[in-house]
Amino acid sequence: MRGLVLAAAGVIALAAASLFVGVSDVTIGTILSGSSDEATQVLLVSRIPRTFALVLAGAGMAVSGLILQMLARNKFVEPSTAGTAESAVFGMLMVTLLAPETAMLGRMLVAGVCALAGTVLFLGILRRMPLRSPLIVPLVGIMLGAVITASTEFVAYRFDMLQSVRAWETGDFSGVLRGRYELLWIGAALTAVAYAAADRFTVAGLGEDFTTNLGLNHRRVVSLGLIIVSLVTAAVIATCGMIPFLGLIVPNLISLMRGDNMRLSLPWVALFGAGLVLACDIAGRLVIRPYEIPIGTTMGIVGSAIFLYLLLRKNRHAA
Amino acid sequence: MIEVRNASKSYGETLVVDDVSITLPAGGVISLIGANGAGKSTLLSMISRLLPVPAGTVTVEGMDVTTTPGDVLARHLSILRQDNQMTARLTVRDLIAFGRYPHSKGRLTVEDQGHIERVIRYLELEAVAHRFLDELSGGQRQRAFIAMVLCQDTDYVLLDEPLNNLDVKHAVAMMKLFRRTADEFRKTIILVLHDINFASCYSDRIVAMRNGRIAHQGPPEDIITPCVIRDVYGVEANIHEIDGKRVALYFR
Repeated sequence: MRGLVLAAAGVIALAAASLFVGVSDVTIGTILSGSSDEATQVLLVSRIPRTFALVLAGAGMAVSGLILQMLARNKFVEPSTAGTAESAVFGMLMVTLLAPETAMLGRMLVAGVCALAGTVLFLGILRRMPLRSPLIVPLVGIMLGAVITASTEFVAYRFDMLQSVRAWETGDFSGVLRGRYELLWIGAALTAVAYAAADRFTVAGLGEDFTTNLGLNHRRVVSLGLIIVSLVTAAVIATCGMIPFLGLIVPNLISLMRGDNMRLSLPWVALFGAGLVLACDIAGRLVIRPYEIPIGTTMGIVGSAIFLYLLLRKNRHAA
Repeated sequence: MIEVRNASKSYGETLVVDDVSITLPAGGVISLIGANGAGKSTLLSMISRLLPVPAGTVTVEGMDVTTTPGDVLARHLSILRQDNQMTARLTVRDLIAFGRYPHSKGRLTVEDQGHIERVIRYLELEAVAHRFLDELSGGQRQRAFIAMVLCQDTDYVLLDEPLNNLDVKHAVAMMKLFRRTADEFRKTIILVLHDINFASCYSDRIVAMRNGRIAHQGPPEDIITPCVIRDVYGVEANIHEIDGKRVALYFR
């Protein structure tokens, strides 16, 4: 419990830092003295929404990865290695092309439904595969994702939409403004639902037979989990684009430290996800000031390094 | 009482359970024996609703296992299959605590804690209770799984080859524990066993399967005979009686 309080304090500190890092000069002094109306505006319209978005998206994506790993019973699965994210992007493209007037919430729901369909397809393929080596599972997901991405980009190329597709594929928080990130609160609500159902997901992580033995309907638990994961992924992609590696590395790091009893580990995963996204975004804002590196890139670098460490460590552990 | 009526199940062309009808009375230790592929595990899975029952009916205490809500059944009957692969990193204590899920839905009461502590003590898991499952030996993990199922505290406990991975000492301790659970707590323990001598020494009743059918059933003295063992396994066995228990020697 003390550890959790410390972790929460760390996230709050990073969030506070995020408020005061950027091109415009926003400091506590300028805000309090009221000397600069512009600084207050920047804080309210850009910095606070951006910081909330970072925290919500980070926690949501990390928890989504955790849920998917429990349901697929595989440590290498996350929304971007299970066809979920790619399907959500496909949904965003379709709704933008076919019904461009749709409001943000509607777009997100269409993307969510597509994400759900893609993930169900992924799990369906897994069910039919005779040999389920742990490494084959994410490879199947990555291949499925590549096929979906290929169709997305073909359509996008035909209709001159490649730039939008790139924006959904690469996470970037620089465009987050007040009025354009609020969907992520839906993601936060869903993360809370995931916490309420944490025991069910842990039981599902023990396998279908254990789940049935303990009197739970496995199919129903999986459905609940997939709906949460799909909608959170869709909300994040619709607001700021895909954040790679997050759903993979955070649950794995926490699993090593705290185990997989989701009632205990989920708060850690959420806090760690939020903290990592905040740190990567702040770094992206500082490295080539006054310009920015999108979080898709910084997280790609940090994430792949941590992932390599986990892989090498895991092999040593297994041997 | 568990009643199986005309239950059948096939995988593709092969009939694995062939029109089985059997009544298993409540109370005591019942062992299911038979050669590999005789249909023991499939029958156990059908009784415990892990597999659908495509033909026939299975009732536990009068409840049809295919229609009774899963959470109701989970308070009357528990099942542990063999070969449990576990990717989730849980501590032994957390795993065992999940055995209480059908009763408390995750909010452990004082009574639940009592069950958990008692099972940990009975299975001598105190020293590893705080360790993660993936840090344990195969035998310790097997005992943790059995502990979880016993913690569920159901009237019927079904175990598919529970002695897997256990050394002689722990296998004997496990069988004694099943005996004690049946005698003291009036439970019905149904085991799939490969070691017919364990079945002989600890069961009240043995059910022998062959080719998806019930070939023989009865108390150990009726089943552990050269004739039945030849019929079920196709091997010649010498039967000796030691301390009032029948032991089959089939090593030559």
